[in-house]
Amino acid sequence: MSAHPSVALDKAASAAHADKQQAALSKTMRNQRIQDFIFHKVTLLFAASVLIALVGIIISLAIGAAPAFKEFGASFISTVEWDPVEDKFGALIAIWGTLATSLIALAVAFPISFGIALFLTEICPVWLRRPMGTAVELLAGVPSIIYGMWGLFVFAPLFADHVQPLLKSTLGQLPVIGQLFQGPTMGIGILTAGLILAVMIIPFISSVMRDVFEIVPTVLKESAYGLGCTKWEVVRKVVLPYTRNGVVGGVMLGLGRALGETMAVTFVIGNAHELSWSLFSAGNSISSTLANEFAEAASPLHVSSLFALALILFAITFVVLSAAKLMLAGMSRKEGTK
Amino acid sequence: MNTANPVYRKRLLAHRIGIVLSVGAMAIGLAMLAWILWTLLANGFGALSLNMFTGDTPAPGSEGGGLRNAIFGSLMMVGLSTLVSTPIGILAGIYLAEYGETNRFGQITRFVTDIMLSAPSIVIGLFVYALYVANVKHFSGYAGTIALSLIAIPVVVRTTDNMLRLVPNSLLEAAFALGAPRWKVAMLVRLRAVKAGVITGVLLALARISGETAPLLFTALNNQFFSSDMNAPMANLPVVIYQFAMSPYDDWRSLAWGGALLVTFTVLFLNILSRTVFTQKTPR
Repeated sequence: MSAHPSVALDKAASAAHADKQQAALSKTMRNQRIQDFIFHKVTLLFAASVLIALVGIIISLAIGAAPAFKEFGASFISTVEWDPVEDKFGALIAIWGTLATSLIALAVAFPISFGIALFLTEICPVWLRRPMGTAVELLAGVPSIIYGMWGLFVFAPLFADHVQPLLKSTLGQLPVIGQLFQGPTMGIGILTAGLILAVMIIPFISSVMRDVFEIVPTVLKESAYGLGCTKWEVVRKVVLPYTRNGVVGGVMLGLGRALGETMAVTFVIGNAHELSWSLFSAGNSISSTLANEFAEAASPLHVSSLFALALILFAITFVVLSAAKLMLAGMSRKEGTK
Repeated sequence: MNTANPVYRKRLLAHRIGIVLSVGAMAIGLAMLAWILWTLLANGFGALSLNMFTGDTPAPGSEGGGLRNAIFGSLMMVGLSTLVSTPIGILAGIYLAEYGETNRFGQITRFVTDIMLSAPSIVIGLFVYALYVANVKHFSGYAGTIALSLIAIPVVVRTTDNMLRLVPNSLLEAAFALGAPRWKVAMLVRLRAVKAGVITGVLLALARISGETAPLLFTALNNQFFSSDMNAPMANLPVVIYQFAMSPYDDWRSLAWGGALLVTFTVLFLNILSRTVFTQKTPR
């Protein structure tokens, strides 16, 4: 069949039309590519701002801390003396206070958090799980300063009147450990700060534990039950081994929180620059030293020493939180293969 | 089952002790929450009055007074921080979900965000002091806002990122198949699908910074008078509560308890709100 002239004309027209369409399309695509490029870079910028903030924190703390480290050297960390009048500074008391309170908190909070996680995943009736879980998580919502006020005005007096004398007359009589439970029972001090920190980190540890307990494959648990295991045995011998990394990660996360906690500790630790074996005695943590002294620090060396303390605190929490993150990351990979 | 079997009885005993201890642990957790809330109500309820919202913080030794300047200052700083941190946090979260899944930069940023979530807030206060306050040479509401924003941003980033990654791929592929550019898919399809979840993140960030005291100590400081000048030291509830609670005056302490009650119930209300109201509609 021979081509009709008008068809040829049509063809030419439609070819021109297609060209135009093609041009419009490639223009749109070019525009969209530019828009996407801008979108990518803008969001990248904002994501980078978080990184920049972290780097900025480390750099500015390091700059602030430099004079102190130059003056005292590495012995800053192991020096007991902290004397603003003589301009002599050492970090040992504050580091000891921070570590001691956090470790006490961990020792108390770990078993309780484990119990709570166990209750929420295995024992609690399903309809009660959400409200109960929320109630525990609300403990994390209570501002730190409220824990401080409660600790100082409510908990510490009770603790001094009823618990500390008891501890002193029992544990205090033991040969070596007894050292830890000596001295006047004032209510405030390292032990009290540790206990209040424990209450504060329970929600963090227990919610991580609950989350990792929930990813244990049902098949594993049911197999154990099928063999006649009790609930306790299933948790002890199946759930815990399976989630070990996650549990340790949760504990590290709690530790990271406890190390940096400021206001609650400042209220109850007693703010005394003394080093004593007794957990009843008043002490100081890194964060409470910062909160108390930074605004009033007069000499440049004092300010710089406080920056050095902050840098040490940041370094410790950074390491602890990184470890927690890595352990939990391993856990979530497990969830993926479930 | 032979209940006389000693091995079986021992196992049963261990089981019962374990269960009892677990229930006991839960009871301790709930009791602590109840104890703290009761303490707040018992001490703070008496201080709640109209005066608290109309009077400014009293001078040492003077009677009466309220927390008007502190409440206003807190609202200003927390409000402004929310305005600053919400867009930054959401855009950063979008980056992590869109581009940061596989590349190294995204992984590092996600890691750092997680660390910043739990970083000691007092160190952030010190950072803002070194960076801003020491340079402009005076404490200010802006400095407080910067510190609070730095704390709020990681919270928003992480929730946004987590929520966006829940959006089903088929939804995104449908949008791409229609020829939508990536930014439109990200903003108009993906983000919109998890709007409720993102709002949850913002509310959680709001709850988190509302009670923060440590980062404000060296940034916003405090102001005994009513001031709406963000470029000057600004009163704020947490710092006022801290100073008044530590003071020897009874009516100051009573005001501190009133303020504490106010802050805590606001924060807990925001927490519960973010959990109950906005979690229903997120895609699973």
